[in-house]
Amino acid sequence: MKEVSAAEITAKVAELCIRACTVLPPDVVAAMESARDLEESALGREVLSRLLENARLAADESIPMCQDTGLAVVFVEMGEDVRVNDGHLRDAIAEGVREGYERGYLRKSVVHSPLNRCNTGDNTPPVICTEIVPGETLKITVAAKGAGSENMSRLKMMAPADGEAAVKQFVRETVERAGASACPPVVVGVGLGGSFEQCALIAKKALLRPLHDSGPHPEAAKLEAELLDAINSTGIGPMGVGGRITALAVKVETAPCHIASMPVAVNLQCHAARHAEHTWE
Amino acid sequence: MSVPEPSETPVSLTTPLSDEDVLALRAGQPVLITGAVYTARDAAHQRMFEALGRGEELPFDVRGEVIYYVGPTPTPPGHVIGAAGPTSAGRMDRYTPPLLKRGMKGMIGKGPRSEEVREALKRHKAVYFGGLGGAGALLARQITAVEMIAYEDLGTEAIRRLEVEQFPAVVINDCHGGDAYAEARARWQRV
Repeated sequence: MKEVSAAEITAKVAELCIRACTVLPPDVVAAMESARDLEESALGREVLSRLLENARLAADESIPMCQDTGLAVVFVEMGEDVRVNDGHLRDAIAEGVREGYERGYLRKSVVHSPLNRCNTGDNTPPVICTEIVPGETLKITVAAKGAGSENMSRLKMMAPADGEAAVKQFVRETVERAGASACPPVVVGVGLGGSFEQCALIAKKALLRPLHDSGPHPEAAKLEAELLDAINSTGIGPMGVGGRITALAVKVETAPCHIASMPVAVNLQCHAARHAEHTWE
Repeated sequence: MSVPEPSETPVSLTTPLSDEDVLALRAGQPVLITGAVYTARDAAHQRMFEALGRGEELPFDVRGEVIYYVGPTPTPPGHVIGAAGPTSAGRMDRYTPPLLKRGMKGMIGKGPRSEEVREALKRHKAVYFGGLGGAGALLARQITAVEMIAYEDLGTEAIRRLEVEQFPAVVINDCHGGDAYAEARARWQRV
């Protein structure tokens, strides 16, 4: 039995919030550098250069790379043989978000109710997705999800007869409708199959994959390559100024689904693809 | 009308903007803005809109002014302001025509505007600039002073007066009907 204290979880989550918002992950930096080298549009290249400069500045000075430091979406993979001591897992995570957003001078962007719009003042509550897995490890990933790209995300319950062409059309159309609002070059998380809620969740989880990997099986990998090409044909380009690089990557996750269903979720992620993780082993 | 070549040098603009300033701008033109701009986003726009509905004055005179759609992060010690890049402008579309009617001359944001806003830009001679989305750390360096103006209880969404120096942006929608996003796509899309 592995034991982790609530205080330890709080301290680590606070650190992950600050790191996610100030340091762009190395795979994202590498993808942005590659995009800058490949981009044919001079304006597009300039935008990418400035975004890389912005990321360097944020990391060097430990300041947020973007003013939208997001809703904290926390993924937990908890081993069946892990116990949290001296507190509750959810409370410990929420306290970590509260501390991290305060100490890191991060923006408090959460309102109590979608209708009354009153700010909670501490960026809590986070969204916590917990998965129970075998073993003695505890893994926590904090994704700071900005609203510019989140707001342009879509889900559609398609009919099986609509087929792959309709899926591709829906994904491409989602990126086109978003345009510069989603802060391209975007990362596109696609969930295909599952139930209504599972489809959205796997689309979001797809955004956590390393940008240079390819799909979990050949069907997904093929779809990812074709979608990336289709999206980069739109001409939207970095921040909508025109160019070849509208998406850095497309990540497709699939799940078995009902014989009558074909849910498709497209979760857009801006170029500031921010997440940080820690594993207790 | 075509998008100016990327090599085109930025035009320097000083706020407040005049009709002549606006008439000279074309979609795709890079600009460097110097002077005062006012921050406002969703919640501040809703309050201004409601104030106008009640026949009240706005918290600042919008004539000639530029509104920057931004909600900065808290200011760390030793800085003028936290990260301060543009937010999506489309959410402010429904509140925008009444402000343009009262003489507002410019907005800085990111992403497309509604047809109503684009029409109002033509009618009232005003311009929509696109800022560099997601470059909040870098753009904060162009802000030299911050003053609270109204709705302080809204926190990050309060109206602040920012002094900016050579703040980079691109004209997205001009007052002649030009649309830089549409023109850029027409140039770069592959069919």
